[in-house]
Amino acid sequence: MIHLVWLVPFLPLLGFLINGLGRKYLPKSLTGVVGSGSVLAAFVISLLIFFEVRQPGFTPQVVTLFDFINVGSLHIPFAFQVDQLSALFLLIITGVGSLIHIYSTSYMHEESNEGFARYFAYLNLFVFSMLILVLGANYVMMFIGWEGVGLCSYLLIGFWFRNINFNKAANKAFIMNRIGDLGFLLGIFLMIQQFGSVTFSEVFEKVPALGEGSIILFAIAMLLFVGAMGKSAQVPLYTWLPDAMAGPTPVSALIHAATMVTAGIYMVARSNVLYSLAPYIQAIIAIVGVVTALLAASIALKQNDIKKVLAYSTVSQLGYMFLALGTGAYTAAVFHVMTHAFFKALLFLGSGSVIHAMGGEQDIRKMGGLKKWMPVTNITFLIGCLAIAGIPGLSGFFSKDEILANAFGYNKVIYALALIGALMTAFYMFRLYYITFSGKFRGTHEQEHHLHESPAAITLPLIILAVLSVIGGYVGLPEVFGAPHLLHEYLSPVLVSEHPHHLDHTLEWGLMGLSTVLVIVMIFIARGKFSRYEDTGAENTGIAKVLENKWYVDELYDAIIVKPLLVLSRFFRDGIERSGIDALVNGVGRGVKWGGGRIRLLQNGQVGFYIFAMVIGMIVLFVISLFL
Amino acid sequence: MGTMSTELMIFILLSAIAIASALGVILSKNPVNSVLNMIICFVAIAGHYIMLNAQFLFVVHLIVYTGAIMVLFLFVLMMMNLNADIEPQKRNWLKYAGAISGGALLLVLVGALREASLPAVQAGSATDIGLIANLGKTLFTSYVVPFELSSVLFLSAMVGAVVIGKK
Amino acid sequence: MPVQYYIFLSIALFCIGVMGVLMRRNAIIIFMCIELMLNAVNLLLVAFSKMWVDAGRIDADAAQLFVFFVMVVAAAEVSVGLAIIVMMYRNTHSVDINILSRLKN
Repeated sequence: MIHLVWLVPFLPLLGFLINGLGRKYLPKSLTGVVGSGSVLAAFVISLLIFFEVRQPGFTPQVVTLFDFINVGSLHIPFAFQVDQLSALFLLIITGVGSLIHIYSTSYMHEESNEGFARYFAYLNLFVFSMLILVLGANYVMMFIGWEGVGLCSYLLIGFWFRNINFNKAANKAFIMNRIGDLGFLLGIFLMIQQFGSVTFSEVFEKVPALGEGSIILFAIAMLLFVGAMGKSAQVPLYTWLPDAMAGPTPVSALIHAATMVTAGIYMVARSNVLYSLAPYIQAIIAIVGVVTALLAASIALKQNDIKKVLAYSTVSQLGYMFLALGTGAYTAAVFHVMTHAFFKALLFLGSGSVIHAMGGEQDIRKMGGLKKWMPVTNITFLIGCLAIAGIPGLSGFFSKDEILANAFGYNKVIYALALIGALMTAFYMFRLYYITFSGKFRGTHEQEHHLHESPAAITLPLIILAVLSVIGGYVGLPEVFGAPHLLHEYLSPVLVSEHPHHLDHTLEWGLMGLSTVLVIVMIFIARGKFSRYEDTGAENTGIAKVLENKWYVDELYDAIIVKPLLVLSRFFRDGIERSGIDALVNGVGRGVKWGGGRIRLLQNGQVGFYIFAMVIGMIVLFVISLFL
Repeated sequence: MGTMSTELMIFILLSAIAIASALGVILSKNPVNSVLNMIICFVAIAGHYIMLNAQFLFVVHLIVYTGAIMVLFLFVLMMMNLNADIEPQKRNWLKYAGAISGGALLLVLVGALREASLPAVQAGSATDIGLIANLGKTLFTSYVVPFELSSVLFLSAMVGAVVIGKK
Repeated sequence: MPVQYYIFLSIALFCIGVMGVLMRRNAIIIFMCIELMLNAVNLLLVAFSKMWVDAGRIDADAAQLFVFFVMVVAAAEVSVGLAIIVMMYRNTHSVDINILSRLKN
């Protein structure tokens, strides 16, 4: 089965080509079948590969398709690497991806024929790029996928390109990603210069020779991490992700919650050999992670757009994953990627269902009491909230607990901050839940009339994801439960340099109990405050206002980076380009034209004059050659 | 210069005729007079050829230039029946400019070559270099290729003249 | 007798030819002036030939052959040139070279 791995990215590519080229001719039903079917088929193949990979004694296999770049001593093959890590990501991407494709067939049904096909073409292209990213056997392949997902993200955020604000959001996402991508690219260059290779196995073989704490290693690890910061929306490059919610909701679920933003996690986990030898970078990663988790969670407390809350929650959860990476608990990070993919996709799709029912309304202050009309969405959304909040027994509890336990072992301050973030998570998620689903309906009468439960194509993925959100955590039971940590055993051949912090069993039980009790307390506070929420329309004041305005980070970036850059660009455009270079070039042209207009008159057509000029010229030449 | 050699006297005489008739060519209003002046000038030049021991060229010059080419000119003029008042006069300043620039050229060249030191010509000393036998031998040994090429040139000139004249 | 005499004579004839070309508008006269210039050069060639013979060189007859070739070319040129002038006269009833400035458009 392994040698057929090329089919996994190839099928979505085929779907992209069919939908993209035939977007004007294919009916919606066929487009939907091609789009979803190609990803579903890729999922089936991924499943078969996964079963093969999880056999004991499986060694990573590299499938080389052809030579991609061959320059001097640098050889970069177009090769796929199949091992435990990439197989797991294949499952997440194609699995969640196919659910979201199925969901989209219903959600996007009001689009025109061409728009519908365009949407599925982009979505398939995205899945293809993401698969290249995780399957690539070297950093260049990963970079190709990396850029591909960035492009698709841009295309899909700006899917409704007639709205100028959506286009701006797409531009913002793309440019922010480019900043990170530049770091990644520089990292690759440095790697080529240092190791003469970008293939994972070769690089990881040569890295230990540099020795722990080497400057080169430091630089490579930092540059790669800059790339990860851009793609995975970490401080300071996180502001694009909330704006990316301009895209269709399934896109937010797939790209901006479940898969693309985890590319940074994947990259760091993949390069664990590198990072384990650069402890300073690990510390930076942990700090960036926890700062992001706290900052985003605090902003999410006061947002009123249902998708914005989920977006900041995503940023915050990504912060937790980086915290795990920074503390050296790579398994915990990958574990959280997985569980987060389930419950965040569930939450986004649930919010999509709500938005669909509300006729495009996204402001939670205008919702309320929806559980009466949307029972399935209500239940599944509640499960998602419980999972992300970390109620014992659901997937989010296990993965988050593992991260927190490792953070405790790493540094007590970071643990405390992470715990505060987790409590905020529980609070804002249940604030969102209660405002949206309980209380009285606060929308218009017409909206109330239209409220309905969504069709099966939408609810079915919700139910599947809800089930996964519940049981997804049991592959990684904590040590204290006595059961084997399946995921850890599965990933151990790849994450060779993992160094998790093992805690005393009593201590671990204590921490678990502490966080659980606090989370439940937070949920009840949220319930008491918001279950009978009335929109008073009162302005927020003080810290609440700051939070509502996202700590004014966008304004800050605007003032210190964007505005000066614009001023500088304008200066270069007007001062250097137009009145400098252009004026010079145009001046030369104008001078030649003017001179030509004058000299043209010499060609007066009088033969006598020509001969006269010739004789004069002859005399001058004689004088010069004979006397001078 | 008290005693002038015969050769020098002949040279001066021929030169005077040549220059005077050349001026006549460019100054006379009637084109027919110009042609006649031109013939005189060519005859004077032919006299120089004799003085320089170029007998063959003397003959060819008389036959080709004076005989054929100038007659052709005269013929064309007669055929067109051109006379003085047909030719419109040039604007005066251009005429003076022409004369001045021609004179300037003269001055420049004379000034440049005045000091040139070259072997003298021993006028009157007889050599047989210009005889037809010597020239023929050189022509058909060293210069046979240019000679043949000139025949091609003549052929093409002939064809060209016929084609142009026929239109 | 210095060869400069011949040089100056040739220059004089040549420059008279140049003046003629510049001053006249009659195409036939201009043509004759060109012939005059050619002859000035021919004369100089013959003079140099003689000069080198007197100086003892045996290959000086090449200069006279050169004159011969110039005559050949001149004859060919005259035949074509006069044909063109006749053509021109037939079309425009003039031999004024400035008529040819119409070619510029």
